[in-house]
Amino acid sequence: MQPLAITAYSIVNCLGAGARAVADALFGKRSGLAPCDFDGVALDTWIGRVRGVEARPVRAELGAYDCRNNRMAQLALELDGFAETVARARSRYGTARIGVFMGTSTSGILETELAYQQRAAATGALPAGYRYAQTHNTFSLADFVQRYLGLQGPAFAVSSACSSSAKVFGNAARMIEAGVCDAAVVGGIDTLCLTTLYGFNSLELTSRGPCRPFDAERNGISIGEGGGLALLERAGARAGAEATLLGVGDSCDAYHMSTPHPEGLGARLAMQQALASARLSPADIDYVNLHGTGTRTNDAAEDRAVADLLPAPTPCSSTKGATGHLLGAAGITEIVISMLSIKHQLLPGSANTRQVDPAVRCNYLLEPKAARVRRVLSNSFGFGGSNCAVVLEAAA
Amino acid sequence: MRAYVEGVGLVGPGLAGWGASRAALTGAEAYRSAPTAVAASPLLPAAERRRAGMPVKLTLAAGIEAIEAAGREAADLATVFTSSSGDCDNVHAICESLATPERQVSPTRFHNSVHNAAAGYWSIATQCRAPSTSLCCYDASFAAGLLDAAAQALAERSPVALIAYDHPYPAPLSAARPIQAAFGAALVLSPQASDGALAVLDIELDSREAAESRMEDAGLEALRTGVPAARCLPLLAALARASGGPVILEFVAGTRLRIAVTQCA
Repeated sequence: MQPLAITAYSIVNCLGAGARAVADALFGKRSGLAPCDFDGVALDTWIGRVRGVEARPVRAELGAYDCRNNRMAQLALELDGFAETVARARSRYGTARIGVFMGTSTSGILETELAYQQRAAATGALPAGYRYAQTHNTFSLADFVQRYLGLQGPAFAVSSACSSSAKVFGNAARMIEAGVCDAAVVGGIDTLCLTTLYGFNSLELTSRGPCRPFDAERNGISIGEGGGLALLERAGARAGAEATLLGVGDSCDAYHMSTPHPEGLGARLAMQQALASARLSPADIDYVNLHGTGTRTNDAAEDRAVADLLPAPTPCSSTKGATGHLLGAAGITEIVISMLSIKHQLLPGSANTRQVDPAVRCNYLLEPKAARVRRVLSNSFGFGGSNCAVVLEAAA
Repeated sequence: MRAYVEGVGLVGPGLAGWGASRAALTGAEAYRSAPTAVAASPLLPAAERRRAGMPVKLTLAAGIEAIEAAGREAADLATVFTSSSGDCDNVHAICESLATPERQVSPTRFHNSVHNAAAGYWSIATQCRAPSTSLCCYDASFAAGLLDAAAQALAERSPVALIAYDHPYPAPLSAARPIQAAFGAALVLSPQASDGALAVLDIELDSREAAESRMEDAGLEALRTGVPAARCLPLLAALARASGGPVILEFVAGTRLRIAVTQCA
């Protein structure tokens, strides 16, 4: 693909709000996970909750969109100077020439879950004031972001479970390459809701403690929330890029709806395609931010895929022990973390992982470490066997 | 953007396949609505066939019809799935369970709740590991899918199957989001001309005021406005006539897709 400049980004999750707070916590090996205290949920698990998002309603003229997920999106828009940078891009390109492609798994489904708890006894009807289109519908997030930023270009949501907000980089790259737009706002937001908390619990995939990716005793995920945004422009369009998007690879497992291919076949295919799209070879990668959810099968399959493809010394880690698993927003979260790794020339360790599983073959980092970081591969895999890998490079 | 249509698939109320529906779409025959008839695909392994909901049936029926017509192999084709609401029966059942004190969610229902469930079952059924994306753009989900599939065919220089579907929510969600019928449609789009191509589409994003294309037949027009995925009907009618145009599909933020449809010689 044609490389694209990433000229702005923002990030919010349980580690903090904004790039500085997240980097400080991450490279200081702190975790934002805590025992689950999400409204009325009685599950023995840990979560990565963003404090205070409840108290920040969306701005008045977009009040119809008000829900936890769009509040989180607004927080991301307000952080790291993101909306201001987009406003400057808007005056350069015009409102119709900037696309909005947002990843989410559950959007504002929490509103529907709450509405179902308040159905009319006689008729079963949902309460008055319930707004499906602006909250629950998967497009709500992209719609809200487009309106908030005053953009009028192409927009849609990508919802492929936990690969969603990595895949949007591919959609945006193709749209820019095809000339449909000149720049794109991409990213993703997911927020705590009952469907994912009870759903992952029903599959026995949630850990009772903080998740411990790649640990010998790992036993499941910790669900997190938040996400991030990035602005993509044609490389060379403007100086001052934060990083360069070099390649995106995309594949399906064709194996099972909720269990990865045991040999990591789809994961390897996605990484191979990302490298091909970036015109790089495996030895060019300085660090891999793993999907590393902390379930036994996911980590084993990903380890196999990475070890089969990349040179043995390539440093790898999962940052989900710090942030939790942000599901549809995991892709953008870890792509921004990869950019922070390039910016600070630091590799993240693996908070909460105590002892690396002896079966692991890849060079898994427990501690943060200074290193020359020029090119990073970030993995995101989801239900339905949906895989995506993204390659980033330090800005020229 | 230019894309060649190599095959079409269709399943909907009174629309039993592309071949059987062309006369109704051109107006040569009267359109008669009837409940959407769609069976579980024999391509799925038995366990997955049992677990598959309506979206899986719709997408396999329409998608396989289009790919067979195109003379392509499903196992090789990149896919773009697009839907307003995914599996509506499933989300209703989960929200009902979550409103009870026990909050017992079925694991199968949970993994079927992802918007890309249809894409996941598709890849298992067809053993396809090619790139796949799953989109949502509310009422404009078909237009978004067409734009994305055409851009992908162009950028990757390879054919793409676009598969759009929607089906109704049960009550009480049906009151908040009425979707009138189960409907699926698919197009195989190629960046290059081929012997069997039906038509060439020239697609542009247009912010000028232009009236959205409608269906002449009242029944088909009700279907078009009643099901988000059926917003594709004016394009399918132009393909059935192999001419006409331009087709105007509403997109987002006041923009439209303007699609010129030209028959291939």
